[in-house]
Amino acid sequence: MSQLPPFAPSLAGSTAALPKAPASAAPAVPVPATVPATAPTPKPRRNGFWTVRTGISRRAYWGLALTGLITPLLMWAALAAWGGMEPTFMPSPTAVLAKTWDWALENNLLEDMGISVYRVVAGFVLSAVIALPLGLLIGSFRSVQALLEPLTDLIRYMPAVAFIPLVMLWVGIDEGSKIAIIFIGTFFQMVLMVAEDVRRVPAAQVEAAQTMGANRRELVEKVILPSAKPALLDTLRITMGWAWTYLVVAELVAANSGLGYAILRAQRFLQTDTIFAGIIVIGLIGLVTDQLFRWAHRRAFPWLNLKG
Amino acid sequence: MNIPITTPPKISIRGLTKQFDGAPTHALDNVDLSIGANEFVTFVGASGCGKSTLLRTIGGLEVQTAGELLVDNRPVTGPGIDRAMVFQHYSLYPWMTVCQNIKFCRQLAAHTQDRSSSDVEAAEGRADALLRLMGLEASAGAWPNQLSGGMQQRVAIARALMGRPDIVLMDEPFGALDAQTREVMHDLIRYVHRLEKATIVFVTHDVEEALYLGSRVVLMAPRPGRIDTIYEVPFGDQRTQDLKFAPEFVRLKRDILERIRETSGMKTDLEQLQRLRG
Repeated sequence: MSQLPPFAPSLAGSTAALPKAPASAAPAVPVPATVPATAPTPKPRRNGFWTVRTGISRRAYWGLALTGLITPLLMWAALAAWGGMEPTFMPSPTAVLAKTWDWALENNLLEDMGISVYRVVAGFVLSAVIALPLGLLIGSFRSVQALLEPLTDLIRYMPAVAFIPLVMLWVGIDEGSKIAIIFIGTFFQMVLMVAEDVRRVPAAQVEAAQTMGANRRELVEKVILPSAKPALLDTLRITMGWAWTYLVVAELVAANSGLGYAILRAQRFLQTDTIFAGIIVIGLIGLVTDQLFRWAHRRAFPWLNLKG
Repeated sequence: MNIPITTPPKISIRGLTKQFDGAPTHALDNVDLSIGANEFVTFVGASGCGKSTLLRTIGGLEVQTAGELLVDNRPVTGPGIDRAMVFQHYSLYPWMTVCQNIKFCRQLAAHTQDRSSSDVEAAEGRADALLRLMGLEASAGAWPNQLSGGMQQRVAIARALMGRPDIVLMDEPFGALDAQTREVMHDLIRYVHRLEKATIVFVTHDVEEALYLGSRVVLMAPRPGRIDTIYEVPFGDQRTQDLKFAPEFVRLKRDILERIRETSGMKTDLEQLQRLRG
């Protein structure tokens, strides 16, 4: 059977032997398609600013993106210079830049960044390592869903900040407690999002594998997991953002290092320029992480976003 | 096609009833049907008549509420490699190339229990042959997203055939294709049927498609889902697109369409519309 002859569709001549149309009906006469010579040719409309859901050129994209970034910066500079506000409360962009430089050279900005990144990554990875398999099970098996999802939903609505006293009592005030708070803040959301990603795998993909003889394990490993992977990476990217928001909360807990701690201490000494610098550094780290995730997404799933 | 009475049926359905949880009527109500080996049976009917449910039950994806369903004289207890299924869409694996999709079943324990080298070689040959049969040689390394709907369905069919199933279950496989592509697929699937000697059970809402492809057309009626009429298709095995204009074909098509309208209650709606207008 391995030598199957190629299939050639025999459509040639399929319209040759049509039965004659009844004489009473008016015969369909082909009319050549002609364009009236006088027809005005309207100019094709170009994609403008407000064209719904159509692409814009690369240049236009970067132009608009830069405008969106620079405008608030200019407004901030203007407000600081002529807004009549005390520099203590509203430092200028240049002052913040100078402060950041100073922090980097004199006061171990890199060390603060390092310890904060470490806490975020540790809490995030711990959360992902447990949430991914658990979410995969909840999304794949209705029984596990019934067992765990209502509980997860309940805990998800409990504010992570409210767990701080408990965490301090149970874990203490060392690194573990900060990681634990970031974990609590991201884990329950992550489980539910992973489960939802897994549930969104098209039923036909799973059923096709079933009729090809896949067993339960093969269904999860060879169909559901690979099919959900792009959505899972997106979920990780989004929850990474939340992990950073919980960092500042975590560093409330008797920390003496880190970006969140630096921001809180600056408040005590009325150093608004340091607060600004800290917030902006966290924002930039987040931006870089996000771009790394997007880059990984493009690299890992080349079969997405293809045009034939 | 005439099935000799002595051959046991490939698929035997007796008193098959299916009720979904909370549904007011039976999706399938006391269905009886025998399908012979190498037969090409098509199912038509108004939506809600249970044709897809019946197909999915044969495939082992649904479990009947009552009644008996035998394949090769053994009761169906779940999906099996003897019954491959082709879906309307979204069944290909977009992270695999065309060739990897077709060979997917070779990754499964059910197909590779004896791992003799000749078996692996035969599988390679089979995959190549299917690529050629389906006209997919040039697309072997492409991702499914890069293919047209018609080409994607060729891949889905090739993937289903890869494991040499006795029965191919097709659930409106060409429902999302344009008319021209569909015509090509019709001749292709008839060719595959002759070549592979598989039993094909084919669900469609297109009466012309059902008549052109099937040796029997089973018309089902809704609320509750049941078999209404079975039409023996008298056109033999050699069919060309011209057949669709033959008077006998057109007459049968009109009869079936008329009957579908009657069973679905559409006819009374039309009459009501005319009364309103008049």
